Amino acid sequence: MSFKIVEPLSATNHNEAPKPLTSEDSTKRATIGLEYMTYEQLEEFGNELDVIRQRVLDSLGQEDADYIRKVIKTQRGLEVAGRALMYLPFIPPAWLLGVASLSASKILENMEIGHNVMHGQYDWMNDPQIQGRDYEWDIVAPSEDWKHTHNYLHHTYTNIHGKDKDIGYGLVRIDEDQPYKWKYLGNPLYAVALMLVFEFGVMAHGTQWDETLKGKQSKEELKVKVNRAFRKSGKQMAKDYVVFPALTGPFFLSTLAGNAIANVVRNIWSFNIIFCGHFPADVKTFQKEDAENETRGQWYLRQVLGSANITGSKLFHIMSGNLSYQIEHHLFPDIPARRYPEVAEDVRALCEKYDLQYNTGRFSKQLFSVATQLVKYAKPPKDKSKWANKYKRKWAKQAAERAASHNSDNGAKPTKVAA
Amino acid sequence: MHYFSVRMFTVNESREEMAVLRKIFASPLVGSLTSPHSVDHYLDQVHPMLAVHNVRARVVEVIHETGHASTVVLKANKTWAGFKPGQHVQFGVEVEGTRRIRCFSVSSSDQRDDGHFSVSVKAHPDGYVSRFLHQEMEPRTLVYLSEAEGDFILPDVVPGNLLLISGGSGITPLMSMLRSLRDRGHDRPLTFLHYARSAHDEMFHDELNAIAADCPWVTMVRIYTREPAPGAELAGRFDIDHLKHHGIDIASTLTYLCGPAGLIKTVRDTFTEVGAEDQLRFEYFKIPSVDLDAADATGTITFDDSGIEVANDGRSILEQAEAAGLKPKYGCRMGVCSTCTTQKKHGAISNIISGEVRANTDEPIKICVNKPVGDVCVAL
Repeated sequence: MSFKIVEPLSATNHNEAPKPLTSEDSTKRATIGLEYMTYEQLEEFGNELDVIRQRVLDSLGQEDADYIRKVIKTQRGLEVAGRALMYLPFIPPAWLLGVASLSASKILENMEIGHNVMHGQYDWMNDPQIQGRDYEWDIVAPSEDWKHTHNYLHHTYTNIHGKDKDIGYGLVRIDEDQPYKWKYLGNPLYAVALMLVFEFGVMAHGTQWDETLKGKQSKEELKVKVNRAFRKSGKQMAKDYVVFPALTGPFFLSTLAGNAIANVVRNIWSFNIIFCGHFPADVKTFQKEDAENETRGQWYLRQVLGSANITGSKLFHIMSGNLSYQIEHHLFPDIPARRYPEVAEDVRALCEKYDLQYNTGRFSKQLFSVATQLVKYAKPPKDKSKWANKYKRKWAKQAAERAASHNSDNGAKPTKVAA
Repeated sequence: MHYFSVRMFTVNESREEMAVLRKIFASPLVGSLTSPHSVDHYLDQVHPMLAVHNVRARVVEVIHETGHASTVVLKANKTWAGFKPGQHVQFGVEVEGTRRIRCFSVSSSDQRDDGHFSVSVKAHPDGYVSRFLHQEMEPRTLVYLSEAEGDFILPDVVPGNLLLISGGSGITPLMSMLRSLRDRGHDRPLTFLHYARSAHDEMFHDELNAIAADCPWVTMVRIYTREPAPGAELAGRFDIDHLKHHGIDIASTLTYLCGPAGLIKTVRDTFTEVGAEDQLRFEYFKIPSVDLDAADATGTITFDDSGIEVANDGRSILEQAEAAGLKPKYGCRMGVCSTCTTQKKHGAISNIISGEVRANTDEPIKICVNKPVGDVCVAL
């Protein structure tokens, strides 16, 4: 019996995906996708996607370079215009236009430029200004730590419980298989709070502080990441809340307010796009045991089943960094995002061929679905197996004590209950 | 829009205001406003030549030289700090959306009063960029440059006796030295010894003739190895007798040497034999092709950071890393620019150019010109 485990395709240090999740038992076969197809079909499915990927890689050229440069030019223009209009707070429409312009510029910079460049989508251009390895984005989170949690952990172990830290971001319960705790009663509230300060959420997430609490990351390592986060966020805040406001002199406060609003608008927008990528209903999550030793076809399948798209206009796709093509992005994270619409036709055809779910819908539909999920999973589940272990242990203990006291009521000798 | 801004820029550039403006743009204050991006990311949107941190240049003219070579005359932006004869630049052009970078020697005199300088390149059939320069490059093309690099340069005080030896395209950096000395009014003895396949194949043929005629202080010796000139006094590849014939005592002559590996090896051996190696400065021009003798390629390369191991196939570590799906940084791919320098954790490597074998633990190596000798572990 021979089978091919996922091989690293683009193992740059910022994009190690896809790397296999291996088991100590090398003969074990992953069970991902067996409810949909056979191992042979999975292999064929993987090969067909590889062909699509290679076709796009072979055709990269001037048009893709011109596209990203045009986006950058537009973004820089919006940014400069936004900063300039802050000098006119006494003309409210002008000031508002400035805020809108700066918001749009930050959204473009973070999503269609930053996110995609840091995936290495434009590394083939060999232009140092848009190299994934070196790019730094206009957000408080340092690129280096984001690339580790996002490009590596999230894109490799997509939707695998315990491996992909993006399932609920360690804050909200968005999937049935996240063990329930009472704190999740505040689920919708946490989501709204995270939405408003999303860039700081991304920053905190990148430090992996929870891994240090669990003893899986050293305190020294955390300290390095925290220092990096302080340095980066310090620069960002100095720019938006001190230097630019000061440059507008008497309009210090209105400029500060305008910049803050632009940052928050960007937070809200990116949060909503990103939550629609993996959290609508019917998006699948996976268990580590099932994914160990997975093949390339199984890795691909996991990406399709674990992501959701949003339909919309061309402008909508650009403003969402083409993350509205989340399925295609997860299949091919390092091909330029402008190619996702073209690739989507082939991916959809493949999904029909193998009778797979292709989760897509209007923005309003996907948003509503996410909101429903947040409320649904806030409620304590009736199924006791969905609760966190600490409650299960507590209940087991209580049950044992009840049994013991019941026994003593009957005059029997109390027996010691094992914990 | 572009043309308009170019003209504005050209008209203003001589003014002092321009220098002040550039200083302001390059200042940390402006840097804090454009953070996390460099100010050049913004200036580029107006015009790429305005960059204050990056060196950029425009092609002024492409001259087709003899021997399938091209000289590209460049006008750099104000970031360019100038060059010393003998130095090279990393020269990047964008072709179909991809920036291709190669190392080229500066060939012009450092005394040009128009501020232009040039690089000269021989078109190799397999050299993508040199072919592009030769066939497609046009005036006004934008070139992404590095500052001039390299310590293959003349001393500040040029000694009374100088010997320049070159082979083939290796003439380029020496041509820059020769032209500069001529234009500086240098008048002390200098021997220019150049090996080319034939007169037809010789770069700068006419200008060498002119210098030989105009500069009595230059002893111009050209040896054509395949088609010797009729009545030539000397022939064949480099030999100590070629120097003796012109009465050169290498022990007391500062010598600059540039050319292919074979020439460099013979000349170095000659200098070492008479104990004159202190007088010799040399630079390789072209990396020799490596014999992919499978029997020689043994062991495993471990790319430590990515946890990948591959069987050594005898190619350079850079090529093998790329074959394994890694994307190490690189520049010239000929051991010059140091962009690809990577920490070697342990194992022995041999230099593709010199054959030198090194087995130190934890040392930086240029992965483009080193191949493994047995097991090697690098931080990639």
